[in-house]
Amino acid sequence: MLFSTIEELINLAESKNLKISDIMIEQESASTGKDKDTIYQQMFNHLEIMESAVKRGLSKKVKSRSGIVKGDAKKLWAYTKSSRSLSGSIITEAVAMAVATAEVNACMGPVVATPTAGSCGVVPGCIFAVQNHLKVDKKDLVEALFTAGAIGLIIANNASISGAAGGCQAEIGSASGMAAAAVVQLAGGTPKQCANAVAIALKSMLGLVCDPVAGLVEVPCIKRNASGASLAIVAADMALAGVESVIPCDEVIDAMYRVGRSIPVTLRETSMGGLATTETARKIEKNLK
Amino acid sequence: MSKYSSVFDIVGPAMIGPSSSHTAGAARIGLMARNIFNTEPKNIKIIFYGSFANTYKGHGTDLAVIGGLLGYSADDQRIVNSASDAAKLGINVELTTSSKETEHPNTVRIIMEKNGRTFEVVGISPGGGRAEIIEINGFKMKAVADSNFLLIFHIDKYGVIAAVANLLASHGINIGHMEVARKSKGAEALMVIYTDQQVPDNMAAALKNIQHVSDVVVFNQ
Repeated sequence: MLFSTIEELINLAESKNLKISDIMIEQESASTGKDKDTIYQQMFNHLEIMESAVKRGLSKKVKSRSGIVKGDAKKLWAYTKSSRSLSGSIITEAVAMAVATAEVNACMGPVVATPTAGSCGVVPGCIFAVQNHLKVDKKDLVEALFTAGAIGLIIANNASISGAAGGCQAEIGSASGMAAAAVVQLAGGTPKQCANAVAIALKSMLGLVCDPVAGLVEVPCIKRNASGASLAIVAADMALAGVESVIPCDEVIDAMYRVGRSIPVTLRETSMGGLATTETARKIEKNLK
Repeated sequence: MSKYSSVFDIVGPAMIGPSSSHTAGAARIGLMARNIFNTEPKNIKIIFYGSFANTYKGHGTDLAVIGGLLGYSADDQRIVNSASDAAKLGINVELTTSSKETEHPNTVRIIMEKNGRTFEVVGISPGGGRAEIIEINGFKMKAVADSNFLLIFHIDKYGVIAAVANLLASHGINIGHMEVARKSKGAEALMVIYTDQQVPDNMAAALKNIQHVSDVVVFNQ
């Protein structure tokens, strides 16, 4: 690996005057032997799947097998168009598109696990919302996915991206950090600002537990995709404003690893605690059987 | 070594939702089982254990396994309609759950039958869309999706393993890891051979010609 920490990745990018995505593509090519065009094309295909999922979730009424999902993304999209949004159009659109993707996932639609299926809405929601407001083309979006992937790789290898291992902070938290870096790059920020955005996003997610109702990837996962997306954009804004994380990003990732190990097993995707054991969750569970 | 090395482990896999372990991994177990059976089964029995048994409905684990058995990959949209597709093809599917304890929470047993030939495989989905077959026809073994490996069903006689290894060597194929299991001395046995190189399809026939080898299944990455 060309890099195993955020610091190594940032130093590499800044010393060569490259983007994080350039380093990621170089690393992927070195480890797989595939040429850069092939690698780029594969990511382009993933971007297309993400785009289709967003479109489907926003325009069609989707329904999950459990019946819990009833098309909140459509409601959110109508709201973004009403100019009544309090948090501004980029965040509201990111939230709508994150929910759209997560709903399509819950309804057995095609998605790209980023980094997992349960957290697949965060990164697409953010990058497509930014695309609607900044001058970026498809190539920039594909590159942003490589940047998100580089951050996710480091988190996965030094902490975790699995709810069963590290709680929801490892899924939605990681996705939010990945999306924050992607958004900073799309907005023209530096690799160092990307790292600060990742750190700020992850810090806000530390300790988040994985407590899915009835064991399904629906409650609270879908709405957490929305909060993960909004947090990513706020963290990106803070980093772009020049705010730095006091705790360096790699140390935040290490903290995330240690926190994950401290989360009891009842709150790591076992549905034995948290929201999964509320009165309403029990009712939902009973009705599904 | 790092647990993850490819960017597509993180921005990927492309899959049908909702769960990488309960849907994508399940579809890949079904597809591996079909490839092991080497033909489309006529009768299918699926038994879910652990978390698969408790949550299969909400995750579409049943549709995913059936889809895999019909030859659909984990990102194939036809998975959603796999149960009715199977019915249209005249394939009987019987689905049950078991409360029997298993080593892994995401475990499924699949029994495939066609023209009196029966295969029984057990698969697990350890997470992230990965899939493993841990038992075939009573043989405990381990076959991981996305790697190059060979299954060689044979009779436990001296020289069979050597003949297989020699044939692979003569084609420049290196064995990275191998396991052998047998029912008892001199009885049915199974070799699982992981290779560094892909094994060309035409080699299956050559391997099958080796004395005491009854069946060969080739998996390439």
